[in-house]
Amino acid sequence: MGSLLALLSQPLDDAPTEIARVDVAWSALAPILFLIGGAMVLLLGDALTRLRSARGAYAIVATVSALAAAISALPLWSRIQDADRGPFSTLGEAVGVDGFSLFATFVICAAVVLGALLLDGWLRREGMEGPEPYVLTLLSASGGVMMASANDLIVMFLGLEILSIAVYVLAAMHLRKITSQEAGVKYFVLGAFASAFFLYGIAMTYGATGSTNLVDISAFLSTTVLTDSGLLLAGAALLLVGFAFKVAAVPFHFWTPDVYQGAPSPTVAWMASGVKVAGFAGLLRVFYLGFGSYQLDWQPIVYAIAAITMVAGSVLAIVQTDVRRMLAYSSINHAGFVLVGVQAASEQGVEAALFYLAAYTFMVAGSFGVITVITRRGDVGTGLDDLRGLSRDRPLLALTFALFLLAQAGVPLTSGFFAKFYVITAAVDAGSTWLAVIAMVSAVVAAFLYLRIIVSMYMTSDDELPESRSIPVPLGAGVALALSVVVTIGAGIFPGLLSDRAEDATPVLVREPDPDAVEAPPDPGIQPAP
Amino acid sequence: MLAIAEVTPAWYLVLGSLLFTIGAVGLRVRRNPLVMFMCVELMLNAVTLTFVTFSRMLEDVHGQTVVVFVLVVAAAEVVVGLGIMVALLRKEPEATADDLTVLKG
Repeated sequence: MGSLLALLSQPLDDAPTEIARVDVAWSALAPILFLIGGAMVLLLGDALTRLRSARGAYAIVATVSALAAAISALPLWSRIQDADRGPFSTLGEAVGVDGFSLFATFVICAAVVLGALLLDGWLRREGMEGPEPYVLTLLSASGGVMMASANDLIVMFLGLEILSIAVYVLAAMHLRKITSQEAGVKYFVLGAFASAFFLYGIAMTYGATGSTNLVDISAFLSTTVLTDSGLLLAGAALLLVGFAFKVAAVPFHFWTPDVYQGAPSPTVAWMASGVKVAGFAGLLRVFYLGFGSYQLDWQPIVYAIAAITMVAGSVLAIVQTDVRRMLAYSSINHAGFVLVGVQAASEQGVEAALFYLAAYTFMVAGSFGVITVITRRGDVGTGLDDLRGLSRDRPLLALTFALFLLAQAGVPLTSGFFAKFYVITAAVDAGSTWLAVIAMVSAVVAAFLYLRIIVSMYMTSDDELPESRSIPVPLGAGVALALSVVVTIGAGIFPGLLSDRAEDATPVLVREPDPDAVEAPPDPGIQPAP
Repeated sequence: MLAIAEVTPAWYLVLGSLLFTIGAVGLRVRRNPLVMFMCVELMLNAVTLTFVTFSRMLEDVHGQTVVVFVLVVAAAEVVVGLGIMVALLRKEPEATADDLTVLKG
């Protein structure tokens, strides 16, 4: 005791240890900060002011914060496209800002806007008004942006968890509905399972390369020949499992139909669009950039996953009778198409995947937007039979739904056609002709599913029609649907508007915050694990 | 006479992988929701052990800082998971994973 006191009373002669400081380019983090800030404003505003009594105030705050996040990314975008300055990294190389991460940021922000607009009327109908769903959507979006711009596997893991944990709650949000709780539990258990695999993958990659930083990993792998690459390949495989779960690729898709059917419809719109974009952004960053020099090892696996995902998604969808379940399988099919772009592992493939994700975000958010509107109180009424008479009761809504379904099928003059066209072209150019053939066959099979929904909306004989019912379209949902229609048709007629942006969105890994600096060689202190 | 083998870092890696496997198998086999949570925790902690071991082998402190992040994430995950589970058990007391069959097809 006495010695301890003596030790404590000793004056500190030595200069205090210098704490390592990192440069923080706050402007580069602005999109994430706006999303988190919007969530905080909603929570505080609800507690301190009378925000609750203003109709639609929550949705407006959420939409404005997502738009602010997107707008704050615009100066970054023009900075990066400037040839003299280019992409850079910040926060001690843990966060990379390049065209790819910004493009994903824009798409995620658009998904937040659509999701928030859909939530507004739905929450009022269900009598569950409150800021929480918007807060959770904004927070999960911040995790998604973090994933898209992570240059370090640990940042990627944190982004993945911020994204996922918020979405688990969103799935289980409908407290009066047992299916929503069940969807939440299933999503949580399988999600936590996949996260553990992802983390184990990071640990193995760390053991094999001596770093969790993607810049270091890719530099290390391109300059060193590992005598035994087993550890690295095991790590890559586990990381792939984690991503495949998030983007709902076969054989890690089991949660998808249950969650899409049970979770509240507007949150499914966010899950199918924003979460998928974030998952693929992370996947491309880790595999295309980080493990780029081990392309020949992971490409065949992604090839196989893409093929079975497309086939299983389209075939299993046919036997379903619930529209949400059908769209869940169709989203699995779409994940397969994006994987076709990923497995090409070329610049063209990445562009195609980005275009696909951007186009799909609006198609799927629109589809689930229509479902949000046509369900009855209690979020029920999504059987195929419930769609009968929709073309009579609400012709415009039926037409909108038909448009989104045809776009998902890949009909020309919609964004879906070019999305499929670009990924298949990228696959053919990369030499994966057979995968392109499988993709086209699965698109034909999936078209049958979309036509089945359209048929039940339009072609029912008069004596089978149910009593006509009024289907109110809330203002927010109407705006979201109109926005989705405009983008889906706009990108179908002028695909260049979107594909040129996707072309500029090249993913790169840069070490230095200074854009003129060249990539430094790997730290010689790093030793591979024995 | 058994020679007492020297404990090398590889032992810890093997232990980590064993714990991870027990957790992964347990999650699929056990039906009690609380035990399933414990299995998730076991998996995460097995990874933590692996990180620390690699950190020691590589003489790099980075692997140990990761552990702090993982602990925080695991805590957040359990809080949310328990919340969801309590909401479900309020509606259906004594539900096990086998009872979650409303959604299927």
